[in-house]
Amino acid sequence: MSLIEIENLSLTIGATPILTGVELTIAPGEVVGLVGESGSGKSMTALTIMRLLPHLARAEGRVAFDGIDILAATEDQMCALRGDDIGMVFQEPMTALNPVKTIGEQVAEGIRWHTKAGRAEAEERTRKILDRVGLPEAKFPLSRYPHELSGGQRQRVVIAIACALKPKLLIADEPTTALDVVLQAQILDLLRDLVSENRMGLLLISHDLAVVTEMADRLTILRSGEVTEAGDTARTLSEQQHPYTRELALASMHVPARPKPHLAGSAKPLLEVENVGRDYPGRRTSLFRPAEPIRAVHDVSLTIEPAQSVALVGRSGCGKSTLARMILALDKPTAGTIRFRGEPITGKPEQALKPTRRDMQVVFQDPYGSFDPRQKVEKLVAEPLHLLERQPAKAERREMVALALHEVGLGPRDMDKYPHEFSGGQRQRLSIARAIITRPKLVVADEPVSALDVSIRAQILDLFAELNQKLGIAYLFITHDLTVARAMADEVLVMHEGRIVERGRATDVLDHPRSEAARALVAAAPDLHRAIARKMQEQG
Amino acid sequence: MTAYLLKRLIIAVLTLVLASMVVFAVMEILPGDPARLMLGLNASADQVEMLRDQMGLNAPLVLRYLHWAGGLLSLDFGRSYTYSVPVIDLVRERIAVSLPLALIALALSTVIAIPVGVFSASRQGRAGDTLVMGAAQLGVAVPNFWFALMLIYLFAVWLRLVPAGGFPGWGAGIWPALKSLILPAVALALPQAAILARVARSALIEVLNEDYIRTARAKGLPHRAVLWRHALRNAMIPVLTILGLQFAFLLAGTIIIENVFYLPGLGRLIFQAITQRDLIVVESIVMLLVAAVILINLLVDFSYAIVDPRLRGRQ
Repeated sequence: MSLIEIENLSLTIGATPILTGVELTIAPGEVVGLVGESGSGKSMTALTIMRLLPHLARAEGRVAFDGIDILAATEDQMCALRGDDIGMVFQEPMTALNPVKTIGEQVAEGIRWHTKAGRAEAEERTRKILDRVGLPEAKFPLSRYPHELSGGQRQRVVIAIACALKPKLLIADEPTTALDVVLQAQILDLLRDLVSENRMGLLLISHDLAVVTEMADRLTILRSGEVTEAGDTARTLSEQQHPYTRELALASMHVPARPKPHLAGSAKPLLEVENVGRDYPGRRTSLFRPAEPIRAVHDVSLTIEPAQSVALVGRSGCGKSTLARMILALDKPTAGTIRFRGEPITGKPEQALKPTRRDMQVVFQDPYGSFDPRQKVEKLVAEPLHLLERQPAKAERREMVALALHEVGLGPRDMDKYPHEFSGGQRQRLSIARAIITRPKLVVADEPVSALDVSIRAQILDLFAELNQKLGIAYLFITHDLTVARAMADEVLVMHEGRIVERGRATDVLDHPRSEAARALVAAAPDLHRAIARKMQEQG
Repeated sequence: MTAYLLKRLIIAVLTLVLASMVVFAVMEILPGDPARLMLGLNASADQVEMLRDQMGLNAPLVLRYLHWAGGLLSLDFGRSYTYSVPVIDLVRERIAVSLPLALIALALSTVIAIPVGVFSASRQGRAGDTLVMGAAQLGVAVPNFWFALMLIYLFAVWLRLVPAGGFPGWGAGIWPALKSLILPAVALALPQAAILARVARSALIEVLNEDYIRTARAKGLPHRAVLWRHALRNAMIPVLTILGLQFAFLLAGTIIIENVFYLPGLGRLIFQAITQRDLIVVESIVMLLVAAVILINLLVDFSYAIVDPRLRGRQ
């Protein structure tokens, strides 16, 4: 018998249809993957099972959990199910825990609520489940607060909350999207073990086909609120009967064609980073001793040639963003020098940096957060133009913006729109247009596609490749996603605890990593080919 | 934690010192010679000069400041020109009225505002919310003396539950004394409560959209438990901030309210002292009020650390 049966589920929010005719079943001990792009209704399906939908949402159809009609249940019945029989893990571990309560309180709260256990008993059970998710007492006493934990550790606490009462069904909504690949592999292992220990059903929601393929017995693929294909993971992905399944699989593995751009003569390196270090003042442990500095970046050297594409990969917190900030002259190194086109940029006053800033632009990860929502695209894209020697007249400025928009595949009419009128992928195009409007020689891209859906991600990677070829722009990609490095980079640098531990041609480093840090990254990175092959073996 | 508290304490003390300098300087600049005022219009220049010497008014500025500030520390505020008694005696009597009044008003405004804020936030956009917030808007807009007059009319004149004004003194028993403080405290508290309720509501609504609220719901907690256990404590920080800032307005309000209710408190004393140019009394009371505001804000800073573990620093 199925644990959960969803039949012909339709959901509207106001007048907008969100889901139409969704069907889904999960048996005890089974892992079902729910895959789709943003806005396809994955999270809404999960929230329907929990009945935690937004106020205006109306659901129709049948959702049965363990014989209980979820859509008709009273709120009291739902409270009894939530956290006891159905647990849920969310995407963003940094904000999923209450900052003013200890982790012990937060885990014990659900236990006490559902079992009416006393304080001592609840604390004992809390201790047990925290031990189980890999947060041992010695380092993680119950009195810890969330801000004292890293993202991966916080996600373990959220999993402990969800699994404390051994639920029959666990819903995990993008549980590892905000984590780096090594942490992702650890969290996925943990989820897999918990499922087999307790014969839980697991609904794993993700936009990452490779992650779902590694984990799931069956797949359901959603597109604009409708199920396009569902079935065994191995068969669905090996046969790829539905065109959308094929499209998703292809986009996940997309590698843009990158013919070598012709270089304009000069063999002088574009960017030289020499023995650069950055210390931050540490925390004082004693009134009488000076605080030990924290080494964020330690003795890093690298060069980027004109039109070369370099990827800087490493786990979160390894110092790669600090290094990028120093290269962009947004932060000062405490040791070493950085030269751009032969000119040292460290310690120069802001006014003297103008030509450098013009030739060196940046694209950030979050296309939602990097635009002022109250300004029009024309003004946003034209922002870097103040770096030019001669300020263009209004008409000329519009022309330059139009050209930049054209180069990223947008039209001149988009100039008079506001950022909220664009989708995530279009917004990332806008930030690329803003970056290339001054005709820079180097673009630093900090996780430029991590927040994007696979099909849009493929388009943006193509765009980067095209601009590299057409305009001869050199790139420094900062990423923890090895597929980006593989797709885009000529050279890969692996960073670990502030140092560069390995460097070389992209294919060499990624196929035959030598350092331990690089090996850990490569081993943990989900790979769709590998995952499908493994599933084929398992499922015959 | 201690480092945070110590830092706050040092800042509070420095603020107090700076405030005392400002108060002293303002009193220096204000026209009006206290010696001439005490002796009346017919005094000769020699007499005035003699009194000035006696009062130490001819000493250099810095010395006079240090003497005055030192006096404050040992609770020696000097002598009132008009009452010819030590200022501390005047203040001691009056503070026994004003301090309970301010504290009752502060407590009352908090006790009214927070449940109202919670009620409104949990019914955001519905009729109850609109009604309550409309009333709060009215409470913000209407001045407290008008409330005071309406309260007197309703409870003292019409229902005859409490006296319309005056203060029997604590010697007359706790209940009669409290009874005469109820209406003034309510009049003071209502506008404060209205502002505080609006702040509490918007802080709560913001908190209710946080991810950890969803986590708490997913644990199976019912809406009410989520609101009181998870949302309220996180929403307390902006509420505490406003509470601290408003305390200054509350004190300013006592000057008006004490006059409306004819209460022999600090507010009335400072009002009389200003009209009679009793500068030393004005100076002393202003310093007292400044110290009270700084103290309350220091307490607010301390309570931040209690509410938010992130301010306590890593253990």
